[in-house]
Amino acid sequence: MTSAPRTLFDKIWDDHVVVEEPDSPTMLYIDLHLVHEVTSPQAFDGLRRRGLRVRRPQQTVATIDHSIPTTPTRIPIDDPQAARQIQQIVENCREFGIPLHGIGSPTQGVVHVIGPELGLTQPGMTIVCGDSHTSTHGAFGALAFGIGTSEVEHVLATQCLLQSKPRTCQVHVEGYLSKGVTAKDLILGLIAQIGSGGGTGYVFEYTGPAIRSLSMEERMTVCNMSIEAGARAGMIAPDDITFEYLAGRPYAPKGEAWEAAVKRWRSLPSDPDARFDHTIMLDATRLEPMVTYGTNPAMAIPITGIVPDPASVSDASERQAMEKALRYMDLRPGQFLLGHPIDVVFIGSCTNGRLSDLRQAASVLKGRHVKEGVRVLVVPGSQSVKRAAEAEGLGRIFLEAGAEWRESGCSMCIAMNGDQLQPGQYAVSTSNRNFEGRQGPGGRTFLASPLTAAAAAITGVITDPRMLLE
Amino acid sequence: MQPFTRITSRVVALPIDNIDTDQIIPARFLKTIHKEGLGQHLFADWCYNPDGSPKPDFPLNQPEARAAHILLVGENFGCGSSREHAPWALIDFGFRAVISTSFADIFRNNALKNGLLPVVVDPDTHRRLFELAKADPSIVLTLDLAEQSLILPDGKSVHFPIDAFNKKCLLEGIDPLGYLLKQEPLIQAYEASHPARVNIRIMEE
Repeated sequence: MTSAPRTLFDKIWDDHVVVEEPDSPTMLYIDLHLVHEVTSPQAFDGLRRRGLRVRRPQQTVATIDHSIPTTPTRIPIDDPQAARQIQQIVENCREFGIPLHGIGSPTQGVVHVIGPELGLTQPGMTIVCGDSHTSTHGAFGALAFGIGTSEVEHVLATQCLLQSKPRTCQVHVEGYLSKGVTAKDLILGLIAQIGSGGGTGYVFEYTGPAIRSLSMEERMTVCNMSIEAGARAGMIAPDDITFEYLAGRPYAPKGEAWEAAVKRWRSLPSDPDARFDHTIMLDATRLEPMVTYGTNPAMAIPITGIVPDPASVSDASERQAMEKALRYMDLRPGQFLLGHPIDVVFIGSCTNGRLSDLRQAASVLKGRHVKEGVRVLVVPGSQSVKRAAEAEGLGRIFLEAGAEWRESGCSMCIAMNGDQLQPGQYAVSTSNRNFEGRQGPGGRTFLASPLTAAAAAITGVITDPRMLLE
Repeated sequence: MQPFTRITSRVVALPIDNIDTDQIIPARFLKTIHKEGLGQHLFADWCYNPDGSPKPDFPLNQPEARAAHILLVGENFGCGSSREHAPWALIDFGFRAVISTSFADIFRNNALKNGLLPVVVDPDTHRRLFELAKADPSIVLTLDLAEQSLILPDGKSVHFPIDAFNKKCLLEGIDPLGYLLKQEPLIQAYEASHPARVNIRIMEE
């Protein structure tokens, strides 16, 4: 008997079903649970109230990233609430026996940066975290998605989740990215095409030559922002690029176990005749550097383009949302974004805070100086990224250019740790969300790639990075 | 979890698409380690000026909003972050249900686990509800979960979908964690036949 062709998603899903009953969601086993300080305290509280233990501390890893200062001396923390929250995760990890990559740890970092770099994130796994950007880990051919705090408690207690099966969507990206156009531009281009709810109910699998040619770090950037299109998760089939990245990492299998794992992982890619519930096509060749003009990531245009006119939108509530966004951003329909003055540049986050992102930013900043009056924060995604960047001289390039070179954390992506915009300020940011107030109340965000962010740092205005590339 | 059976209530209308969780509860209020007390920060940046004074035009600041248990919003409500603080804040303010044409996946999951009912209606009903609420902000709607019906002011009833499991949990106030814990033998059987794909202890020793 030959089984029906299956997608990458189907294979992982089937392999993790604990029980499937009619009229009930599937009970799915979770291989790896990542935990951070913001979405976990109420879950640990719940365990205490019920007298429960963490079922699998050996499959649970915690870090501190959201509310942690990125200034050189991280402690003492001025904000008493942040300090209390950080103290709480330290206590919770101690009490429940969970390894913590905390303040002072050489492996501290943004949860979605440290999982892959420690080799915890592996193909074929189910991975969850109380954080929507858990979709990042799908770059390895894992099924990884964000959950709320109740579900964090469920996984802590049972290592399982109740899930209704999502539908599958193939996102096929033809062609190759042009010079100066990055993985960030690819994903912003996709979200602009399908809208911020365009992926709701689906798990994306990215396929096609443009995806296959991306490095692991670029693939993580793409999968990271799947959630900004509303997708439950984003995935990329594992291949030699994946295995090469993982080989030798601390938690990756070794020796014979590695050989066996690679053999297993090679069976994961979608079967040739596997059917997806939906397919979206994108042509990488036609993409330009992208920049957002509005207050959700779908409000993005090619950097040479003009701000669209809400009057051209027929749906009333969509039109109102766009008008509201332009009021908030203080932009006019028909206006070019090129040349628009900016106040702050933020380079970092789980989207673009890895070594290759910093290399790209440094390639623009090297030998140049930040425009007077512009504040530039470069925040590595992890302490490991920081050390690697310093070892190859990137830290020095940032400092010599006049940027701030910080300790690792989420920083100005979510503005919980004191790194934030002032009301009315404009930022070019390599993060993932341009929602109203996301980077500080009243702050205005233009999302873009590390290249575009670095170009704006030099000129003080939104600039096509291709003008500054060798 | 508080059971949800049937409510009859006034409505607060926010005719905006893609309301993200950063608007529902801005990140600076996520430094709490508790679930309670978030209602005062619900839609904080839309409710209040930077000096803390209320924005008089915002629907939530109208006196009748305090008595409303139903929020009517544009499509793709709750997009963005996974913060469960969003449904906690909505419930703490007094809401028991949200009506839209679509919800972001994680928000919907989080809402259901807290007894906040996400009601999906068709675009025509959705448009009609906004028209009714605009013409008369004091309109009253009824939501009957057992019947899965939304009853409009003219008595007309509209069916809304919900899966059997979540419906039962909401009607009876059942916490799904209890259900998961009862499956312990099945979890053990799964673990016995599937070696752990990662073991963090091994590396540390």
